[in-house]
Amino acid sequence: MTTETLASSTRVAAPKVKSELMQQRIRAARLFLIPMLVALAVVAGWPLLRSIYFSFTDASLSNLEAAQWVGFGNYLRWTVMESGAVRYRGLLVDPAWWNAVWNTVRFAFISVAFEAVLGMVVALVLNAEFKGRGIVRAAILIPWAIPTIVSARMWSWMLNDQFGILNDLGMRLGLLSQKVAWTATADTAMTAVLIVDIWKTTPFMALLILAGLQMIPKDIYEAAEIDGVHPVKQFFKITLPLVRPALMVAIIFRLLDALRIFDLIYVLTPNSSATKTMSVMARENLFDFDKFAYGSAMSTMLFTIIAVLTIVYIWLGQVRFDGGDR
Amino acid sequence: MGATFNLWKLIKWTLFYILVTFIVVVSVFPFYYAILTSFKSGTALFQINYWPTSFSLDNYFNVLNSGSFPRNLLNSIFVASVTVILALFLAITASFALARVRFRGRGLLLLTILGVSMFPQMAVLAGLFEVIRALGIYNTPWALIFSYTIFTLPFTVWVLTTFMRDLPVEIEEAAIVDGATPWVIITRVFMPLMWPALVTTGLLAFIGAWNEFLFALTFTANNDTRTVPVAIALLSGSTQYEIPWGNIMAASVIVTVPLVILVLIFQRKIVSGLTAGGVKG
Amino acid sequence: MASIELRNVRKSFGMVDVIKGVDLEVRKGEFMVFVGPSGCGKSTLLRLISGLEDITSGDMLFDGKLVNALAPSKRGIAMVFQSYALYPHMTVYENMAFGLTLEKGHAKEEIRQRVEKAADMLQIRQYLDRLPKQLSGGQRQRVAIGRAITRDPKVFLFDEPLSNLDAALRVATRIEIAKLHEEMNQVTMIYVTHDQVEAMTLADRICVLRDGLVEQVGTPMELYERPDSIFVAGFIGSPKMNFIAGDKAEKYGCATLGIRGEHMDIKNDGLWEGTVIHTENLGADSYVYLDMGQEEPVVVRLDGAVTYQSGTVLKVSPQDERIHRFDAAGKPIR
Repeated sequence: MTTETLASSTRVAAPKVKSELMQQRIRAARLFLIPMLVALAVVAGWPLLRSIYFSFTDASLSNLEAAQWVGFGNYLRWTVMESGAVRYRGLLVDPAWWNAVWNTVRFAFISVAFEAVLGMVVALVLNAEFKGRGIVRAAILIPWAIPTIVSARMWSWMLNDQFGILNDLGMRLGLLSQKVAWTATADTAMTAVLIVDIWKTTPFMALLILAGLQMIPKDIYEAAEIDGVHPVKQFFKITLPLVRPALMVAIIFRLLDALRIFDLIYVLTPNSSATKTMSVMARENLFDFDKFAYGSAMSTMLFTIIAVLTIVYIWLGQVRFDGGDR
Repeated sequence: MGATFNLWKLIKWTLFYILVTFIVVVSVFPFYYAILTSFKSGTALFQINYWPTSFSLDNYFNVLNSGSFPRNLLNSIFVASVTVILALFLAITASFALARVRFRGRGLLLLTILGVSMFPQMAVLAGLFEVIRALGIYNTPWALIFSYTIFTLPFTVWVLTTFMRDLPVEIEEAAIVDGATPWVIITRVFMPLMWPALVTTGLLAFIGAWNEFLFALTFTANNDTRTVPVAIALLSGSTQYEIPWGNIMAASVIVTVPLVILVLIFQRKIVSGLTAGGVKG
Repeated sequence: MASIELRNVRKSFGMVDVIKGVDLEVRKGEFMVFVGPSGCGKSTLLRLISGLEDITSGDMLFDGKLVNALAPSKRGIAMVFQSYALYPHMTVYENMAFGLTLEKGHAKEEIRQRVEKAADMLQIRQYLDRLPKQLSGGQRQRVAIGRAITRDPKVFLFDEPLSNLDAALRVATRIEIAKLHEEMNQVTMIYVTHDQVEAMTLADRICVLRDGLVEQVGTPMELYERPDSIFVAGFIGSPKMNFIAGDKAEKYGCATLGIRGEHMDIKNDGLWEGTVIHTENLGADSYVYLDMGQEEPVVVRLDGAVTYQSGTVLKVSPQDERIHRFDAAGKPIR
């Protein structure tokens, strides 16, 4: 017995001669992957490294080449006053930045929470059999297909304080007592952004959840029906656990997307500090305020924050990208 | 008993269809209202109507004849098409390698690709700007084609890999026995089998490129090189308070109608493509 | 036109050993069938011979030449797959010609002649312009065989080619393959199946595999008459050989006594006694299942249609010269 295991272990360790076929395939695979990898390195890898580098320099938009290394200066630096008090400056103590971080995180979590719940409702509706299901599915694809910029503009017209149809509808139905300047008021700006984002991206969520729902075998429900399990209990005991992997994947995709939101806010509520997100602020500093290095520091922070959140989510939620939804 | 049961059933179905109607109305109404507005002109624009009241093509005429909007449309078409073709070209061979060849580090590579497609584009903006200026393609369509690769390429690779993984192994083995090299397998055996997947993936990538805003805003600088999302975002009147809503809505409808038609035609394929990749297009 | 030799061939997938050291020689022009229960490694062995899988260790020789690393297309093989594996987007003609078009040095006219010749052999000439999806399962399998013939291989490999066909077609195609072997008697054929009837009817020699090892190699009649183990004895032949243990076996001086149903007679002065559990009447013959206190019922095969009432007590005797005796390790005592 011992000798046999020994023999087999040496066999595994012995160098394997690769056949022509395997060599050919591996050579081809390498050749096929190189162009893609080079392309990704040029458009993603290198620019990412350069962005991080710029965040440690004093680069300005007009003079990138002359950028000087300043260490962590853009993130945190301090000067000791004559009085002995220490003044901190830099991104880490910039209240406007932390406001943007808070806006982004708040936006991401609220919008994704609503989208998950509403997406589940829409998915459950689409999973039922009824006349006109095709029409519903076609209808919910429309918000998804409309470019974000277009939907931002469409909604800003609908949310217009004077001539907007939503104010009109709200007043007619008695939901609003007076016309609201949705996008201009600090109190309602975030609500407006959330409404548009939820409207636009719930379909995507619904389709991903629907795909998960359709993988649940029908006979499980038939069995539950025969056992007299109440539909509500069926949902929490059968549907939710079984659709969880698909839901978790859908949520992380949406979360990552929401955390980098830029275009909707840029167009719908420009210059509103109530909705300014990390991306909007980073771009502003990079290209509008000529604080290229400071903007780079912001984008680097943004990248770090998203990376950390993603890792935490995958770790806590035990998301599996391959096995989960297939 | 029977009567109450039927009544219950009726109420349930009524509530269900109210929900269904609500979903459909909420989904479609903003687009409907945009179309409605785009056909209004002059003062009619500022009267709130729920149903069509007037019909005028003035806004469309304005948008298409003045300014650079037709040029922007062409830019968008060119940029999105070239981006998609390039991405598909690189992705087909790469996805063959990822789906069909066993090699070490394949799982890690796939995860990296997924990571890049989920990447905050803001994080590379500064570095991309430098590269694009260095290449001398700033303010040209090539700047956009170049930068769009960052999301179209990982997306197409990921989706095509899942599609290619599902092709039967025995067909590939038959081709190997017939003496086909990997290149021949891809071009003469797999591609003809995959064209529906290629169309779907290409369409999704096209929509992604067509809708892109951040790079288009940053890497183009004047009216003639902009794409339509930027043009629509920056469309403004003579003063800050005079937003040309009619023109904006007309432009929006022009940009969106082809997409909506494409999406409705390829509905089923798009849904399968979206869920196969699990990535937003 | 090729002989194939395997020397201590092993194959493992990761930590799992699938082929655990196989020595085997397939002669020129021979029809060799690999048979065994599912998971015995027979398909893997075929794929090793085809070159689609690498061997982990050991040597493989075609006509005495080492081919361990040679690409499948250079081994002079053709393969027929279980799922036909036709290219769905090509016509039957294109399917059959594909391999030749990839090889350099074949004129269009030559390719056409070779395809048509193969098509004639299989009577599929009228389908040459069709797509695979326009054909029935049996026709598809013929095309798959035709595609293999067109390549003019030295070795013909079949991977359970009949398992996707219905029973009637399976018999017809089996006969077709047997005919093909007669016509192409220069071509070595290796055929994988889990169906011992296919093995018995087609093979010149059968290789019984079990758990990654060769259990026995021999002609069908050798395996039937002189199985090298209880496993082979039980696997070859239908109905399955009866195995009798205990006192009855001890009387014959063995741990297990094997006797086929067709080698037992019902006699009034029979040696053993058993109660009829059930009778299966197949028309030409009948299977009588007897409870003899063994783990499994003992089957007696009788000619013609015979029916016994369940519960009837019968006396049976084995034909002494047809008895197989096995020791406790399952090896034959001869």
